[in-house]
Amino acid sequence: MTIEIKPLEQFQIERIVPFHPFGIDASYTNSALLMTIAAVLVTALVVLGTRRAALVPGRWQSVAEMSYEFVADMVETNAGHGGMAYFPFVFSLFMFILLGNLLGLVPYSFTFTSHIIVTFALAATVFIGVTIIGFAKHGAHFLTLFVPAGVPAVLLVLLVPIELLSYFIRPFTLSIRLFANMLAGHTMLAIFAGFAASVPLFGILPVGIDVAIYFLEVLVAALQAYVFAILTCLYLRDALHLH
Amino acid sequence: MTDGDAKDPLRELQRRIDGAQRALDAQERARGPRQGAKPMGSGLALASRIAIELVVAILVATGLGWAFDRWLGTQPWGMVVMFFLGIAAGMVNVWRAVAGMGMAVGYRQPDGTDAAKDRWDDED
Repeated sequence: MTIEIKPLEQFQIERIVPFHPFGIDASYTNSALLMTIAAVLVTALVVLGTRRAALVPGRWQSVAEMSYEFVADMVETNAGHGGMAYFPFVFSLFMFILLGNLLGLVPYSFTFTSHIIVTFALAATVFIGVTIIGFAKHGAHFLTLFVPAGVPAVLLVLLVPIELLSYFIRPFTLSIRLFANMLAGHTMLAIFAGFAASVPLFGILPVGIDVAIYFLEVLVAALQAYVFAILTCLYLRDALHLH
Repeated sequence: MTDGDAKDPLRELQRRIDGAQRALDAQERARGPRQGAKPMGSGLALASRIAIELVVAILVATGLGWAFDRWLGTQPWGMVVMFFLGIAAGMVNVWRAVAGMGMAVGYRQPDGTDAAKDRWDDED
């Protein structure tokens, strides 16, 4: 008896409510469903958690306050002065990605952050937003970001392209990091689960490994949301503090 | 976190917390934005950042070079040049991430100080 192992089947997009306006496939998919759940959960946590605010917080208020303070501290530390104006955006982004990663770890659910188009859309939003903020705050002076100070003109020929390149690579690194981590982790979980099913008697070993990997994945889920948010803060700092 | 059964000690505690918070805030403002501060798990976060940085920089740059070549018909020069530029950009990014300058493009610090130096001073 052989058991077919399909570790990539979990990333399949399924249309729940087919919807094709003007020939565009805008169906409500399992990915969109998980995004909705994540957004609703974040909103519920913050709104319900702080509804009956007490001096000594209850469980949910504690969670809401901890996440608020964690992100607030991150923005203040990394984005510098004036960065707090963008706190709502960074907080939403962090919580959305965190919930997306964690919900994906629930058995039989779906990880929307394991799709490059989702993470790239998030990263592109950050990239375009930061660029607009930079130009809005500094005008054409923002372009001096690409010209390192105190460098001979001859070297500028080489350095300006490098600076430009490292600026335009940002949305790619930001999105690929999150996507690759999620994809790799979930594939690994599925492969070891498949081993467990196909190896008689010694199946307990892959199951043990799977349990260990699962804990690692919980850590990675939180870590990648954190990295995404902190890099957003660092990009914001670039745009806000040019001089 | 303990359950407060007496109200007055709690209020007293809150006043002390507020006072300490204000003092801390003032101190914080005096120092300016903290550079290279280390929240939990930041070592792992850093490792995760730099691992991808170099690879993606080279891939994206080479891909851009290939696209330029297709567009301008300059095979293979765009790809060759962009490949090496990608290596350079990736290394610069990794170096900046490690040196505690964040991902800042450009070599300047917002407040004109050397972030890497500040960080080492803090840790001593």
